[in-house]
Amino acid sequence: MSKKISNWYNTGSPWVWLNAGAVAISVILVIGLLGLIAIRGLGHFWPGQILVADYAPPGQERRLVAGEISDTETVSANRLEAAGLTVPEGTETLTRDLLKVGNRDVSGSDFAWVIDLWLENRRYPENIVALERREWGNFYGYLNSIKQDGNIVVEGEAAWPEFQKRLDRALSIYDEIYAIEKHEIGSVNSKLERLRLEQRGLELNGTATPQKLADIEAQRKVFQAEYKVMEAKLGDLYVAFNRDSLVATTVEGTEIEQSFGKIVRAYKPNAMSLTQKILFYLDKVGEFITDDPREANTEGGVFPAIFGTVMMVILMSIIVTPFGVIAAVYLREYANQGWLTRAIRVAVNNLAGVPSIVYGVFGLGFFIYFAGSQIDQVFFQEALPAPTFGTPGLLWASITLALLTLPVVIVATEEGLSRIPSSVREGSLALGATKAETLWKVVLPMASPAMMTGLILAVARAAGEVAPLMLVGVVKLAPSLPLDGNYPFLHLDQKFMHLGFHIYDVGFQSPNVEAARPLVYATALLLVVVIAVLNLSAVAIRNHLREKYKSLEA
Amino acid sequence: MYQPIIEDSPGVDYNTPAHKRHQSLRFLKDYLTRWGVAVGGLGVIAAILLIFIYLLYEVAPLFKSAEIEKNSVWTQTITQEQLPLYQSMEEQAELAFSITADGALTFSSTKTGEQKYRYSLPLPAGSSVTTITSDPSDGNLLAAGLSNGQVIIFKHAYRITWPDDKRLITPKVTYPYGEEAIDLIGDNQPVSRLGISDSEDQLLLSGFGDKRLYMTAFTKEEDFLTEEVTLAEENVTLPEVDGRIRDVLIAPDQHWLYVQSGSDSLTLIDIRNINQPHIISETDLTTSSAKVTTMTFLLGGASLLIGDNTGIVSQWFMVRDENNQWSLQKVREFELAGEPITQIVPEHRRKGFLAADDKGNVGIFYTTANRTLLTEKLSDGPIEQLVISPRSNYMLVSSNGSTEFWNVDNEHPEVSLSALWGEVWYEGYEKPEYIWQSSASNNDFEPKLSLTPLAFGTLKAAFYAMLLATPLAIAGAIYTAYFMAPAMRRKVKPVIELMEALPTVILGFLAGLWLAPLIENSLAGIFALLMIVPIGILLFAFTWDSLPSRIRHAIPDGWQAALLIPVVLISGAIAMSLNGTIEATFFNGDLRTWLTSEMGIPYDQRNALVVGLAMGFAVIPTIFSIAEDAIFSVPKHLSYGSLALGATPWQTLMRVVLLTASPGIFSAVMIGMGRAVGETMIVLMATGNTPIMDANIFEGMRTLAANIAVEMPESEVGSSHYRILFLAALVLFLFTFVVNTAAEMVRHRLRKKYSSL
Repeated sequence: MSKKISNWYNTGSPWVWLNAGAVAISVILVIGLLGLIAIRGLGHFWPGQILVADYAPPGQERRLVAGEISDTETVSANRLEAAGLTVPEGTETLTRDLLKVGNRDVSGSDFAWVIDLWLENRRYPENIVALERREWGNFYGYLNSIKQDGNIVVEGEAAWPEFQKRLDRALSIYDEIYAIEKHEIGSVNSKLERLRLEQRGLELNGTATPQKLADIEAQRKVFQAEYKVMEAKLGDLYVAFNRDSLVATTVEGTEIEQSFGKIVRAYKPNAMSLTQKILFYLDKVGEFITDDPREANTEGGVFPAIFGTVMMVILMSIIVTPFGVIAAVYLREYANQGWLTRAIRVAVNNLAGVPSIVYGVFGLGFFIYFAGSQIDQVFFQEALPAPTFGTPGLLWASITLALLTLPVVIVATEEGLSRIPSSVREGSLALGATKAETLWKVVLPMASPAMMTGLILAVARAAGEVAPLMLVGVVKLAPSLPLDGNYPFLHLDQKFMHLGFHIYDVGFQSPNVEAARPLVYATALLLVVVIAVLNLSAVAIRNHLREKYKSLEA
Repeated sequence: MYQPIIEDSPGVDYNTPAHKRHQSLRFLKDYLTRWGVAVGGLGVIAAILLIFIYLLYEVAPLFKSAEIEKNSVWTQTITQEQLPLYQSMEEQAELAFSITADGALTFSSTKTGEQKYRYSLPLPAGSSVTTITSDPSDGNLLAAGLSNGQVIIFKHAYRITWPDDKRLITPKVTYPYGEEAIDLIGDNQPVSRLGISDSEDQLLLSGFGDKRLYMTAFTKEEDFLTEEVTLAEENVTLPEVDGRIRDVLIAPDQHWLYVQSGSDSLTLIDIRNINQPHIISETDLTTSSAKVTTMTFLLGGASLLIGDNTGIVSQWFMVRDENNQWSLQKVREFELAGEPITQIVPEHRRKGFLAADDKGNVGIFYTTANRTLLTEKLSDGPIEQLVISPRSNYMLVSSNGSTEFWNVDNEHPEVSLSALWGEVWYEGYEKPEYIWQSSASNNDFEPKLSLTPLAFGTLKAAFYAMLLATPLAIAGAIYTAYFMAPAMRRKVKPVIELMEALPTVILGFLAGLWLAPLIENSLAGIFALLMIVPIGILLFAFTWDSLPSRIRHAIPDGWQAALLIPVVLISGAIAMSLNGTIEATFFNGDLRTWLTSEMGIPYDQRNALVVGLAMGFAVIPTIFSIAEDAIFSVPKHLSYGSLALGATPWQTLMRVVLLTASPGIFSAVMIGMGRAVGETMIVLMATGNTPIMDANIFEGMRTLAANIAVEMPESEVGSSHYRILFLAALVLFLFTFVVNTAAEMVRHRLRKKYSSL
């Protein structure tokens, strides 16, 4: 046997197998990580069954608990004993469940750990209701009655259908209120602010004639009147909005009254059929992608973050593409191929390896504090001391990331240019074309897929980069999108939200991390999908390109 | 039929004006493109260079010396009696405040010497002011010692108004404890020197006349309704001090009384219990025969600055040893010009000071950074008064009856190479240490700006990441490039390279919120993984290789990795499931508490192990991809030759392929290292970000990059802190740039070598 082993060892085979093991581990790590994100991210939207059970830890009073089981883990008995629980003799480990119990307004916290063993009399009552609310998180309990202006309208069995009808009404009023608050009032406010700046500008120039001031004042009157009208309308809407309320009891028996105005969605998860659950799931996914965040970003959607990321990436692409391509063309087609060019090429290559935070520091110091404050002095004097471009914002973030991704585009484009056989260029020149014509009509079109590859890689890198953005423009909650209906429509000076930063912020700066965690997984999944798609398409384009020029090279 | 016409082309005339215009337009375009591309290309490259230049530009002022520039001079003909006993400047450095022996408080313009306001102290009849001292924690609270042994306490304050949009500063003198003079020294002796310390509930005064030292404590009682403070007096009996007393200072925390006597002796008296003051120690302040000439507190009152007649200024503070005993220790010293020091003036907002001597030399120093920023001879005679403005941007120098008003440019004295990278003995610490602590809540805080713990944290994080990534990535690269079946390689390579594109914020989030609790709960399982997975692989490999060839050949060579995936999964699951058993058997049920209580190893939930795993994961694809390329591009005829001579594939790999590819693998590791050093989000999210100097794998760290991300948004533009963060960025930039360039050069040489083979 030992001879056999030593023979086996001498062939070197164990080493080969260990190396194969490294590959296997790496692959498992990648797939496992993506799988983890996918499962946790996608699972978040599924309506979980609400468990109701008697919880009877030894030595403690028996009580009712209700909630969705959101996590399960095994813990050693010692640790539980250390936490003051009486663990039965002879057990080493116990399973405990993280129960999402909701009702933060009643019990103080959304989650509770329970020991699986001590849950008795488990049941899934069909009439238990889950309410998603605009504040205090979810509510789980039984619906008792519906009130209108404080008087009970319906009670008992009939309450649920009536409730749904009235909830639809409340939600449609909410949409109206939202439209007025977000868009119409926002637009009037932006107009008023522009008037203020105009007036201040006139005063600074010394051209503030009484005539002009009167004009501004007249306009301001008009806008303020508009504002008054909207305010009155809003007041009416709010009265109608808060007309209805419902009375519900938690499983422990605490009765609460909940205004309809605070309810986003209501469902009976234990009574839902599979189809209903799928529909519910799709609805939730839709909400996640298209809605604004709620409750300090821990609920609702991530639309502003998606929008901010996309906006920033588009601006970055617009900036980085021409510059990257020009630099690559210069290095490959025009510069003397001496040691200096080689040195520059190496330097550019290495810039891709410089930590992104360094670019962030540069962006903050040079673009924002230096260039930005100069721009403010010259063009936005009327807004001072409030800075316009002298503060982190979309434009600076885009430029910083453009600088960060410039090496990627340069390297990819150069590679594309170097793959074009010189016979093609020489052919064009021999036919009498100038160098510029050769470049425009022959070389660049042939290199365009390489540029695309570079751009896609740049976009993928920019979309996932967070560290520099933390210094040059992202915020946890932007009041409005950087693109809207108010002049000048594209607000380059505004701060914006970003998917990557959203993950960092909600996962680490949020007061209620436990509640926010599923949403962070979902956000991470979204980001991974976007970036994986971008990268895979870059790989596909590169392969296609290689195939295409194989024939030319031969 | 078309016929080529070479000599003569009747249809095409190349010399028409239109054609010529077209031609010149084409050449113009060509010309413009060439210049456009050159300018654009060089511009882009310049923009990239700008990063480096701009970082340098922000960092450079840190290492600049102080500069002074004469603003104005004014002369006054005054007699020796009219020489001010005390001088100061207000915040804006517009007014100079001085007190003379006759009790006159004058406020005059700093630029012209013109007297603007004048008040008088309510001196008891027949007395004059003999000495003035200021409270070490509030420089505007002054105590005047009188020739009759009494003391008057008063305060000067300034109000700024803007009549006609012009700044007007009006001084105000108040008497917080009444205008009545307080008795300190009996027998009508004049007060020679005086010490004062005022706190929330107690006012201490100490002084001496001819010989004996007196001290009085006043307990403050505040009336609830009128908020008026009344003082309850209590005389303190101090122990006898040897030698002739020359100066006295009371520490602002009212724990210590420093009495300087004789030529260089300092007696330290513990006054924590005001009823039983006792002498702790007597210290010789100078080593040689030098004599102490002046003594004062540094900002905050924790350090004493002692000047002597050989031009040395030394810094001393109280240090507590292991036995909780306090003693006065000399920390560092500064040299002015070898002449007797006449005055030491601490700065108002920083731990810096100015010193002057009796040959007219003035020096600007900074204690923490151990830095001499300026020494200059400003006068031929002795400097009589030296005053620095609260913002440290102006100073007044009086000598030979003339007063000079100087602009001082001294923005970043707290930074020096030794303060950034060396061990520094900070106030209140037992010994010199490396500490990063850039801000605190109180004003007299000593900034601790050592980059060493941050650099250490950076390398620590990178080290643990490389510990995981290097073996996995290189082994993986070897197998993928050399043994793996091409069909599988085409699938595996993109999968591993996809890891590189994963945003690090996601890895950081998983590390902090998923991996850290997981590791905390199953620490033993994680370590079991390290043992069990390789054993599992080897066991499976041996079994597989011993199987009859019929089964073995069902799977073609080069697919071992695919076979191993379930093996790794199963052995991993076994390792993790053993966690509870291992912990219960060997570590009293919980490895984590066992580590802390039995081994004394502190455990943080977010520690270097978590960072190592997460960042290792981020670095694997970088190393893998480059190393794989290097091994794959080793010319095939080399390995064929070796195999043909009878070497096993493993021998061929080790002795031929890896040897040839080793520079490439080295450069892969370097580039991976560069990435680990600069990574921000993973460390930011997966560690506690505490700047500690400890290589313990179960504790966290703070890296340069994470430190920038945390502190940059709150840093004041242009401050020393801001510039040090730029310096941190510059260090990161240079480190990664140099490492990457070295790696690139190695790779370049390797490529050349291959092409010659």
